[in-house]
Amino acid sequence: MAFIPHTEADVAAMLAAIGVARIEDLFDEIPPELRVGLLAGVPEALNEMEIGRLMSERARADGIALSFLGAGAYEHHIPAAVWAITTRGEFYSAYTPYQAEASQGTLQLTYEYQTMIARLTGMEVANASLYDGASATAEAALMAVRANRKSKSARILVPTTLHPHYRRVAVATASNQGLRFEELPYGPQEGVITTAALVPYDAEDITALVIQQPNFFGRLEEVDALTDWAHARGILVIAVVNPTALALLKPPGEWGTRGADIAVGEGQPLGVPLSSGGPYFGFMTTRMEHVRQMPGRIVGRTLDAAGKEGFTLTLQAREQHIRRAKATSNICTNQGLLMTAATVYLSLMGPQGLTRTAAAAHARTRELIAALTRVPGVRLAFPGPYFHEAVLQLDRAVAPVLKALAARGILGGLDLSAYYPELGNALLVCATETKTSADIDRYRGALSETLQGVRAA
Amino acid sequence: MSNLPADLKYTKSHEWVRTLPDGTVEIGITDHAQHELGDLVFVEVPDAGRVVKADEPCAVVESVKAASDVYAPIAGEITAGNPKLAAEPEAVNADPYGEGWLMRLRPAPGALDAAALLSPAQYQQVLDAEVH
Repeated sequence: MAFIPHTEADVAAMLAAIGVARIEDLFDEIPPELRVGLLAGVPEALNEMEIGRLMSERARADGIALSFLGAGAYEHHIPAAVWAITTRGEFYSAYTPYQAEASQGTLQLTYEYQTMIARLTGMEVANASLYDGASATAEAALMAVRANRKSKSARILVPTTLHPHYRRVAVATASNQGLRFEELPYGPQEGVITTAALVPYDAEDITALVIQQPNFFGRLEEVDALTDWAHARGILVIAVVNPTALALLKPPGEWGTRGADIAVGEGQPLGVPLSSGGPYFGFMTTRMEHVRQMPGRIVGRTLDAAGKEGFTLTLQAREQHIRRAKATSNICTNQGLLMTAATVYLSLMGPQGLTRTAAAAHARTRELIAALTRVPGVRLAFPGPYFHEAVLQLDRAVAPVLKALAARGILGGLDLSAYYPELGNALLVCATETKTSADIDRYRGALSETLQGVRAA
Repeated sequence: MSNLPADLKYTKSHEWVRTLPDGTVEIGITDHAQHELGDLVFVEVPDAGRVVKADEPCAVVESVKAASDVYAPIAGEITAGNPKLAAEPEAVNADPYGEGWLMRLRPAPGALDAAALLSPAQYQQVLDAEVH
């Protein structure tokens, strides 16, 4: 596609046609006090050569660390073919195209994506992706309020074992729309939601229960019992799942007797590099009975007038270009390019490849935990099953330890003290298939030496 | 001239209202409205027991090209949503004044008199004014 900017003559002709003197005048209805004007603190623009040099310097300063950070974004091996295919011109777009049906290849790919995500989660229908895992969780809460017509309360039970950032995004997105997010505590010994935490809600009007599996601590929740508890009380279940883990764990569509009602998650582990926190993509699935309450684009397969198979956007009457303010969402942009990468990644891996990746990540994490808990002053916070993350308890403050490790080129994990002060000196660590036994040994050695050097609390 | 049964009342937002012998009212969308929407693919009706204000959106009719709210013409309590429409939304197209009714409602005291309902002739004027 040619990139042809408007010439000054084009702009002048357009302004003359609508009787406006300057482009600036198009915005004169915005009151002056609402306008930002100059962005204080934003430096002068750099040219391409200067910005290239700045970025190289920054990258050199960061170095290439050995990372044991997880906490919602995961380092996985991405086969070179994934981005070689994804960045082909035919796919290189962030969105579903505006003249969608003219781009049959893009629609077919999106349809394949939806099919893969629906099968991975064991659910009946998937949309064409959302912004990221956190906003997908917020959208799922809004969707549950629309779908659960028996509940009038718009109260959503959110365990504190759900990612803290997801909880903040859900509150920021949906609390002004009347949703109330009520936090469920986790069992301090177990690191999972316990039945005791549910007792106060046994006879309450609750709209939905959010369950993250594996949870933020890496632990496995009792998803069957939680799902059945919710459904027995007319509460919808929103599953927040890690897509890699689904290769090994029971998919949300099979949780409990009836399965989760909505399943969402962060798609980044499926072929998307970490790259400073984004762009990533969120996925969302549900059962057919709730499909009209699901936000976002959906591609369907159909037959054209000549009886040939084709692909089309479907159920668009729910969307903002038709329903305006009453659309199922007005922030449901899809992340077409990242979704494309995930589709290529899943195609290359296949079910067996994804299962082997998940099994390797789990095995490496077990190896990591075994190695690190041999270091004096380090113990596992929550005994019990975990996937590819776990919480360690140190005998002294975590931040100086992480700083010392970083100086040795190791990102040792996430300090949980700001998020979970009650856990004391807690450190969330992760290992995926990208870590070798030598890497783990290097971390163990560095941690051991660091703890000898950093004063105990 | 649209198909406007003489025994019904109408609204500017294209609902019709039929008073039933038990004092409740039956509500649907007009033949004109279903024609404008085109083939309906989904209808969402309110649950019995819901209390609605006049002009409150309480049902949704969705066609292949648009989804529109249906407003309560009268304040009151919903006594039934048409259960048939979940499986057969096309009944609204085929028989908008009969099988395609959307909901039944028990008007709040005085609400029926307070409602600004139109006679067939007045509603016809609304339709005539819409034709450009």
